[in-house]
Amino acid sequence: MSIEVSHVSYTYMPGTPLSRQALDDVSAVIPEGSVTAVAGHTGSGKSTFIQHLNGLLKPYTGKVFVDGTDLGDRSKKGKRALVQARRKVGMVFQYPEQQLFEETVAKDIAFGPRSLGLGESEIDERVKRAMDAVGLAYDEFADKPPFRLSGGQMRRVAIAGVLALEPAYLVLDEPTAGLDPRSREELLQQMMRLHRKQHTAIIFVSHHMDDILRLADTMLLFRDGKIAAKGAPREVFMQTELLKECGLRPPRIMELSSELCRAGYLSQMVYTEKELVDVLGRRLRDAR
Amino acid sequence: MLGNITVGQYFPGNSLLHRLDPRLKIVLLFLMLIEVFLLEKPAAYAFFTAVTVLFVVISRVPLRTFVRALKPLWWIVLFTFVIHLLTTPGREIFHAGILTISEEGLTKGCLISLRLVLLIVLSSLLTFTTSPLKLTDGMDALLSPGKRFGLPAHELAMMMTIALRFIPTLIEETDTIIKAQESRGADFTTGNMFVRLKNMLPILVPLFLSSFRRADELALAMEARCYRGGEGRTQMKELRFATWDGAAVLLFLLFTVAAFLLNHYL
Repeated sequence: MSIEVSHVSYTYMPGTPLSRQALDDVSAVIPEGSVTAVAGHTGSGKSTFIQHLNGLLKPYTGKVFVDGTDLGDRSKKGKRALVQARRKVGMVFQYPEQQLFEETVAKDIAFGPRSLGLGESEIDERVKRAMDAVGLAYDEFADKPPFRLSGGQMRRVAIAGVLALEPAYLVLDEPTAGLDPRSREELLQQMMRLHRKQHTAIIFVSHHMDDILRLADTMLLFRDGKIAAKGAPREVFMQTELLKECGLRPPRIMELSSELCRAGYLSQMVYTEKELVDVLGRRLRDAR
Repeated sequence: MLGNITVGQYFPGNSLLHRLDPRLKIVLLFLMLIEVFLLEKPAAYAFFTAVTVLFVVISRVPLRTFVRALKPLWWIVLFTFVIHLLTTPGREIFHAGILTISEEGLTKGCLISLRLVLLIVLSSLLTFTTSPLKLTDGMDALLSPGKRFGLPAHELAMMMTIALRFIPTLIEETDTIIKAQESRGADFTTGNMFVRLKNMLPILVPLFLSSFRRADELALAMEARCYRGGEGRTQMKELRFATWDGAAVLLFLLFTVAAFLLNHYL
């Protein structure tokens, strides 16, 4: 089971002077239960790409399959299948807190499950689970109006609204943009906890290379609507020339450790802070 | 989804129409719109249409953009056509039950619909070939004589630019909100009118909220840059009439005389 993107191209406003090709023959496979990071400079096609994953945008050429269902099928049966497939792929847009609309937090989160046609008790259960997953205490927040909350809390409500659909794949477009460091870290941890516990596949767009390095098992690097590189972050980030061309810098931990390698303090690259501290600590102890 | 709304869209270019002084362009457009209402004879209509088509060609704005500009008003055009077709008395050419179509009705229906299309295309030409900034400057300059009578000319022009400026932004935002709610399983296409209206709430509430927020932020940003109305404000690019503008006035006069002659003596 996987999301399969096969030779997808997409153009905005085709046939006008403002037409812009956002995706150019992009192919990728996102297996279930994986953590995939999507990186690239502004305007490289990241957001367009992820909107294809649940059929919000229809490719001009190429196909997208979610667990084998073709999202581009325009027949009646295909459209029903699209609705089914869309439920498997939860989509969290940039600044999702701007899409809240209900009077209370619980009602807003219940919007998704309710439109799935679930029973009240099941809806309640899901709201509780979703709020728990994003670390919002049900008793404290359920009846509060969402617009009274802080920015970080509103964002968590919005994400819970998507989680309540209990998707198999969760797509997040820059989920931590505009959050303070602590909320950022909490949100990422919640995201990873969801991945571990529910085995939800996470696909996230990020400008933080360090986050990508420590969280993702695969990354897709976009440039000018094409995938310039894909693979394990450690390997992709080693291609420093390519990164520079894409307007990105390697994670700080990798920059530091490659400097240390060059200066002879490290014999091989390290990829985590902990590892670096351990290795350097050992060296220091040995030197004494 | 909402990508084909063209209201107030500007197509950058350097055509003769683009280079026309905005003040002149607004005045000429206004006069032409009045002229459209004065047309009676088919020959005059044909001439007027030919000139409008010529404008469309020299503007270098793609034809399909105009088609898209017409799309939302298509029903009104059709409605007008049908009403005129069925209600004008004259020489009968078709009869079925209570419906009677006369030759005069057919001509009138065609011409009145054409009139609507001309109005839409001409007004679209203005926004397609004039950048919002120039448009405001033009409006500002044209309205400024009214300041003596207490007309807030600058403020009106400013409001117009802001409105134009935020059309694409709001469209984009609406699009995102629709997509986001769709991803949560919202359904905007089925059910009767009331169900659909109720289903619009998840779009309207966020849209209103963000519009207010935007308005707030914009006001703050303008104040932070010491904006306090048009008083004593100078411009980097002042509007000046060029040779081409004079030529355009002459061409317009010629065109008007020709249209007048066709309308009355042919």
